Amino acid sequence: MASGVKPRVKVPKSAAAGEAITIKTLISHKMESGQRKDADGNIIPRSIINRFTCDFNGESVIDVTMDPAISTNPYFEFQATVPEAGEFKFTWYDDDGSVYEEAKSIAIG
Amino acid sequence: GNWGRLAAQQALTQDKLLEFDTFGNVSLIHITDIHAQLKPIYFREPSVNIGVGGNKGAVPHITGADFRKLYGINDGSPSAYALTHDDFSALAQGYGRVGGLDRVATVINSIRADRPDALLLDGGDTWHGSYTCHHTQGQDMVNVMNALKPDAMTFHWEFTLGSERVQEIVEGLPFAALGQNIFDSEWDEPAELFPPYKFYETGGVKVAVIGQAFPYMPIANPGWMFPEYSFGIRDENMQAMVNEVRAAGAELVVLLSHNGFDVDKQMAGKVTGIDVILSGHTHDALPEPVLVGETIIVASGSNGKFVSRVDLDVQNGRMMGFRHKLIPIFSDVITPDADVAKVIDAQRAPYVDQLSEVIGRTADDQTLYRRGNFNGTWDDLICDALISEREADIALSPGVRWGPSILPGQDITREDIWNVTSMSYGEAYRTEMTGEFLHVVLEDVADNLFNPDPYYQQGGDMVRVGGLGYRIDVTKPQGDRITEMTLLKTGEKIDPSKTYQIAGWASVNEGTEGPPIWDVVEAHIAKQGVISLDPNNSVEVVGA
Amino acid sequence: VGAAAFLIAGLPMRASAATEDLIAAFTGGAEVGAGDITLTAPEIAENGNTVPIEVSSETAVEILVLATGNPAPSVATFKFGPLAASRAASTRIRLAGTQDVVAIAKLPDGSFVQAASTVKVTIGGCGG
Ligand SMILES: [Mn+2]
Ligand SMILES: [Mn+2]
Repeated sequence: MASGVKPRVKVPKSAAAGEAITIKTLISHKMESGQRKDADGNIIPRSIINRFTCDFNGESVIDVTMDPAISTNPYFEFQATVPEAGEFKFTWYDDDGSVYEEAKSIAIG
Repeated sequence: GNWGRLAAQQALTQDKLLEFDTFGNVSLIHITDIHAQLKPIYFREPSVNIGVGGNKGAVPHITGADFRKLYGINDGSPSAYALTHDDFSALAQGYGRVGGLDRVATVINSIRADRPDALLLDGGDTWHGSYTCHHTQGQDMVNVMNALKPDAMTFHWEFTLGSERVQEIVEGLPFAALGQNIFDSEWDEPAELFPPYKFYETGGVKVAVIGQAFPYMPIANPGWMFPEYSFGIRDENMQAMVNEVRAAGAELVVLLSHNGFDVDKQMAGKVTGIDVILSGHTHDALPEPVLVGETIIVASGSNGKFVSRVDLDVQNGRMMGFRHKLIPIFSDVITPDADVAKVIDAQRAPYVDQLSEVIGRTADDQTLYRRGNFNGTWDDLICDALISEREADIALSPGVRWGPSILPGQDITREDIWNVTSMSYGEAYRTEMTGEFLHVVLEDVADNLFNPDPYYQQGGDMVRVGGLGYRIDVTKPQGDRITEMTLLKTGEKIDPSKTYQIAGWASVNEGTEGPPIWDVVEAHIAKQGVISLDPNNSVEVVGA
Repeated sequence: VGAAAFLIAGLPMRASAATEDLIAAFTGGAEVGAGDITLTAPEIAENGNTVPIEVSSETAVEILVLATGNPAPSVATFKFGPLAASRAASTRIRLAGTQDVVAIAKLPDGSFVQAASTVKVTIGGCGG
């Protein structure tokens, strides 16, 4: 597992049923592109987060496939519909097989 | 021309300079790009200010005789001296210095005597540009500006004090620090420290002032000094803010902008609902506002040389008319405000010996100035200093638009040197560049100035060069503008694959090393004693 | 303008054959028109290593983003699920130099539309 990887998400604490909300996510990750060379001229191997998903109560909001051109500390902003109270689940998939997860619950009202 | 001091000044009185028939129900006072010039100075306006694309031949890209003709200004008149470059040193002998914030205070007080609730709006580039500003980290300017009691300001060079210092000052400001385009870089949300706008009640009118900081701060200046912030033009957010203040009952919408003039013009065409743009950053001084649709754009010069007064008649939420005056601050004609003079002197007192030390003087036919799209004589002198003190083939000096002028036969003090070099990243580096990379650098900077789309322009001037000649066709696209690069000391063409020793300063890159540029320039001037420069014909401009 | 500015190419970069291959792989060779897709990007990047972009569409089911001048043009593919409240997303991307960024949307009827935006990556320095 890559070191120092820390996900953060911004989700409103509550929404009206059926409301569209804005979600922002950040995860600290160096996103080594596989195109850089070290001081000795050797290629530094690629090590990135290659996929990010957001689900709500098991149903998909967004599913992003990522390439090395995504910046260090990947950031995403998108909108989700909140049909009922429940839990957003955020998942980041690392090249090295690591999976980072974060969850946020949201109330109706 | 030959202008006797008395003859010239007889035509000028403070009353005449301030003469204004108060109009309508709202007054705005605009000052911008002071660059920490507390005291009167000389300031030569540019002879070369090229407009490209749709702005070719349009103000402010008109200089000299063409400018005087356009505005009906007589040769040798006070306006000719204030607004154009011809006969600068001769007219300066007659009309004297310009600016000084104690004189500015007198002008502001006189407007407030007519209209007590006039709004004073500062367009930024205030806490940068002098010895005392550098040594007090902007505190001298903050103290003096607070004495002028502005209602709001926006920002550019202020951020080169570093974000911590900016935060420290802004948290204590007794007026609004505005910037609708200042966002936190991590979450891309409006930075809380800088509200987008503020409402004022004046003359029974609800006025909204929206701030626009310099959009390209992390590009034109070192972004690593303020990594918490992101800027940009943010047209859409600007439109949203205009809509928001209108919905909240704004009857007059004023944009206090540090976009630069051509960017403001383009923005006025894209964003609807702005009545007045008070334009800063490109240091243009215009005797009349420029109209774009129903928006008026006011440009108020730089270095404390001008104050604009704009009176407006606002009825039922509509701007019905305006009256405007660009007031040149003739320092010998306008009586300094005693209270503000005292505050200024207090800021300078700890440094007076350092400031006043004479390092050299100009020859009897040598003016030092900077403004213009290409090298001014101050730039030539700085480049000479870099080549000689840093033992380089070629010198690069930033195309900034601040920095007062020095007349022929005038002493050059340490303060004068700092006025044209002071900054928080003034290291004079020495490095190697290939001819190819040098070409890339010149092309890159040229595109920031001559891209036909104003939104791709950054509002500075062409990087100044020493030891290097080139030809530039301003009409060509990036990559094709610069040709015939020549190493002046040998007369040989620059070889793309060859490596050259380059000296420069004001790198935006973190970790740049070298002695401070003001020490380099001071050492060079001290060695020369009397400054006399060869005419610089090393840049050939085509397509202007 | 500075000593350590060597990392960034200052000249516009050309679209590579790789870009065309990636588009063909996404569209299956179908024609790409203009229409229901918007790409928002800054005129000039504050930092070529982290350029904010936004893609949005009324109806897209999937949006491919390419940086046509990067050595490897792939950037990301956004798939919108049933609970996406809009067909819009923002992220930050790396650009190796001045170039066109392209967004291609797959619409519900199986057709494809694209939008492009030129982002300038500059060495910087100087100012008024
Ligand atoms: Mn300025
Ligand atoms: Mn500025």
